[in-house]
Amino acid sequence: MERELREIEEDTLLNETQKVHSEGYRLIQICATTVDSGYEILYTFGKGYDELSIRFLTKGEKPVQSISRIFPPAWLYENEIHDLFGIEVENMTLDFRGGLYRTSVKAPFARKEA
Amino acid sequence: MGVRSVVPFGPQHPVLPEPVHLDLVLEDEKVVDAIPSIGFIHRGLEKLVDKKDFQEMVYVAERICGICSFGHGFGYCDAVEHIMNIETSERTQYLRTILFELSRMHSHILWLGLLADAFGFESLFMDSWRVREKILDMLECATGGRVIFSILKVGGLRRDIPNDMLKSFLKTLEDVEKDLEVIIRTFLNDYAVKSRLCGVGVLSSEEVEELGCCGPFLRASGVRRDSRKLGYAAYDDIDFEIITHTDGDTYARTYVRAMEILQSAKIIRQAIEMLPDGPIEMPVKGFPDGEYMTRIEQPRGEACYYIKANGKKFLQRMRVRTPTFANIPALTRTLRGCELADVPILILAIDPCISCTER
Repeated sequence: MERELREIEEDTLLNETQKVHSEGYRLIQICATTVDSGYEILYTFGKGYDELSIRFLTKGEKPVQSISRIFPPAWLYENEIHDLFGIEVENMTLDFRGGLYRTSVKAPFARKEA
Repeated sequence: MGVRSVVPFGPQHPVLPEPVHLDLVLEDEKVVDAIPSIGFIHRGLEKLVDKKDFQEMVYVAERICGICSFGHGFGYCDAVEHIMNIETSERTQYLRTILFELSRMHSHILWLGLLADAFGFESLFMDSWRVREKILDMLECATGGRVIFSILKVGGLRRDIPNDMLKSFLKTLEDVEKDLEVIIRTFLNDYAVKSRLCGVGVLSSEEVEELGCCGPFLRASGVRRDSRKLGYAAYDDIDFEIITHTDGDTYARTYVRAMEILQSAKIIRQAIEMLPDGPIEMPVKGFPDGEYMTRIEQPRGEACYYIKANGKKFLQRMRVRTPTFANIPALTRTLRGCELADVPILILAIDPCISCTER
């Protein structure tokens, strides 16, 4: 199994994702992680058993572009990121507007401001 | 176009052991669209990395779900062991493989029973679950638990399983296989069962790939991919073929799961025969520092465990991508165009585990 990680800029997400799609990859998962300077968003794709990840850092101040028009199942992961981390995602093919998870605390995984 | 109406399905429904909701858009009896709704019982277990250290998180991972408990614990430990460069002993790897396959057997048999219950074949449901008890008895003998085993730890296992006990499992497995042959024959050949499953919820191999499906749901559409072939635990040493079917319907999904139960018995037998002696745990020094994603084949499909750590006792992030979560987009696709009466069976066809999804 081959593994590759590409670090990208947030602005190039759609271009990079389109490239990954044209290389024949499928979506495995999308994951957000809280870091000191904001959030890391990790997209994992697969082709056969091989794995390719792309990752960028966002401050979470402006919306992230949805990749659900390129990879249809992405809407579920993007709604999850929105509901747990409070990161806005734009242009999802199915947008629950914060209603995917019924959490008692809004965006429970979001960064706590110092 | 006929008159459209929206019928709410769930979150409480006789066919659903756990809460999931669907808004079904109907034209007469035909479903033209389905909008899923989850998140009724989201527990935020991943957030517990803030309060539980990386050793304690094994217990949390095991408690994500009562059916896939072993797999969750295993996936978590495997990811942490990769970050910490811990090479587990061969005996540990074989014992983990045996326990994993016992878990797969009981999970698939549980699903067969639920499917039989969904189309009203009560005696088949009871027969399936009667056989499942024998698997749970073996797990109880080996680990002391029937649901949560708590036998895993970072670096190995908490307790050994005596060789004599494992040898006795071989006889039990023979009995289980005999019982299963009868049950599986009914699932795959009975006219009434086939009439409810054949041609229902068909997805092509292109569609399952596009929708990011995994597990038996993927393989039933002819895609030959099983994460056990990545070679974790002792799977590299075990001889097994990936089971697939090409019809892509609910019958094909039943076939793949049924055959995988019998295959698991063969894997366990091989693992017991090849089981080496040796230690069951390796020393764990320091704290994890780095990141890793493990992909393993849970009974319901591929599960991903992403761990990120920064050299401290508490992890920075634990993220679990469960197979049911990955199969939800495909579920909504299979529902489009189906008859209302087939909705319960199609929901069951992905073997939904809401406990995993609402981790």
